[in-house]
Amino acid sequence: MLNHQLVKLKHEIQFGQNRGINMNIAVLLKQVPDTTAKITISGGKVDANSVSKWSMSPYDEYALESGLQIKDKTGGNLIAITFGPERTKKMLTDAAAVGADTLVHISDEGVRNEKNSFYIDSTHIQKLLSAAIKKYEANVVLCGKQAADTNSGSTGPGVAELLDSACVTLVSEVNYLDGTFTALRPSNTGTEKVSVNGISVFAFDKGSSELRRPNVRGIMMAKKKVIESITSEDLGVDVGDLRVNLDSQTPPPEKAAGQKFEGAEHVPIVVLKLRNEANVI
Amino acid sequence: MIFTILAETNGTDLHPTTYQLIGSVSSMGCKSIVICPNGIAAEEAANIEGVEKVISVVGDCFDIFDGGAWATALNSVCEGYILVSATPNGREISARIAAMRNVPIIQDIVSISVVAEDQGITVTRPAYSGKAIETLTISGYAVITLRPNAFEAANSGNDAPINVVNQSADIKISIQEAINQASERLDVTEADIIISGGRGMGSIDNFSHLEKIADIVGAAVGASRAVVDEWGMPHRMQVGQTGKTVTPSLYIAVGISGAIQHLAGMRSSKYILAINKDPDAPIFGVADYGIVATWEDAIPALESALSELQA
Repeated sequence: MLNHQLVKLKHEIQFGQNRGINMNIAVLLKQVPDTTAKITISGGKVDANSVSKWSMSPYDEYALESGLQIKDKTGGNLIAITFGPERTKKMLTDAAAVGADTLVHISDEGVRNEKNSFYIDSTHIQKLLSAAIKKYEANVVLCGKQAADTNSGSTGPGVAELLDSACVTLVSEVNYLDGTFTALRPSNTGTEKVSVNGISVFAFDKGSSELRRPNVRGIMMAKKKVIESITSEDLGVDVGDLRVNLDSQTPPPEKAAGQKFEGAEHVPIVVLKLRNEANVI
Repeated sequence: MIFTILAETNGTDLHPTTYQLIGSVSSMGCKSIVICPNGIAAEEAANIEGVEKVISVVGDCFDIFDGGAWATALNSVCEGYILVSATPNGREISARIAAMRNVPIIQDIVSISVVAEDQGITVTRPAYSGKAIETLTISGYAVITLRPNAFEAANSGNDAPINVVNQSADIKISIQEAINQASERLDVTEADIIISGGRGMGSIDNFSHLEKIADIVGAAVGASRAVVDEWGMPHRMQVGQTGKTVTPSLYIAVGISGAIQHLAGMRSSKYILAINKDPDAPIFGVADYGIVATWEDAIPALESALSELQA
């Protein structure tokens, strides 16, 4: 038998053994303004109603894809969990169209301060997500390294802390074999493969796999799928007090108009300006 | 007000952002307690103006990066507001410590000030990838990460005391295999000058021309999303909303039209030079200096002008 056939056979045997484990794979998803959407600010706040298109946060898509790949090998239940307003349910249906089995929508009114401005901070959301992860008895948690709206990257490690589990961030690939999860993450010298025992949170950078697209059957089935709506009360979570107040959101400061030159013959002039005016070279 | 700073190092010395963290505290008229993970660069930290004391935390748990273990080891010596660099590891440790302490976590701020009469602090941070700036007021202590290069660095000139603390923590992550593929080139998030190419470069092979410029001025080479997605350029080079956010002194965009996602990742650069053959390209809207030309004409001219300057 040729060597590559042997490798393939070995692979099949290994994954064959892994089948039927029925793992509970939790994937944390966030709906954000599409990265192409214009952000409009009115009255000192971002106007959510003016966002033309809402999408699944790009890094979360890689987490979902990885979860589906693990499920393809081990079997089990892929639980897509989100926190947010009603509109986020559409994203859960989109996740179902590519293979998510259980759809969980968490809602909470948040806490209000004396100015009656609504704000729920990241640690509040982490409490809700980790409670849902426990409720659905997840064996592994996958999420994006950061959301495309807040750009923070707090959720994965914060949830891991509340679950008392490991968190591996910036992963590009997660695999499961014989009871152990391994992941690829960047290191000082390139990439390293790490393994984790027990429940772990993996926070995805851009993954190494192509994202699967839904087929017509998947889309039809997804429309019928029930979304399980739970509140902080159902989860027994008291999110606590308001500790951060969002005073305002403003457009980024406008830059003064730059100096523009027609033609490559101006390159030496610009280089001198970079040295003498800008002082950067 | 008490401020604790987690020092960021490059493995042997302090990273420049550590000086900026201390500078931000000094700008509020306060002193910093600096924690040096694994005892690295404790003496260097003790020499920085505005440092009250240094706590050097040592232990086996720092042998590899496990954010949970690091956070556990460092948390017990933290007090007050905890300020950390908004690097990937810094963000992870910060989120962990905030969850441990049940205090808010605010990532990637670009300004910080004390609210009058001890009413907490006010910070600003970019959101929606720089399409909006948020102003937040925090009452009570919090963990806060600071965007690199957004704050004035503190100067050297001090002799603060150093305490050494031994800590242990459970490590849950182990390294199976090191896959070495690091580029010889500087990372875009570390570089003071970045030269990025977009679809206008024609093909991936033409990036060698940008590398030549990078070698002359000690720059990193970056890329737009189109080039990463369509030509297979490594994702670590991607600047933009789904790539890296960068704040170099000089950002040179070549053949990049300036899609909103790209601008989100580089618009807070100190100076921007755009080279594009399309005079209406949106990149010119954020550029301090713009040259309307093809890269084929402009890059050789740039190379010789820079070589002359460096000679």
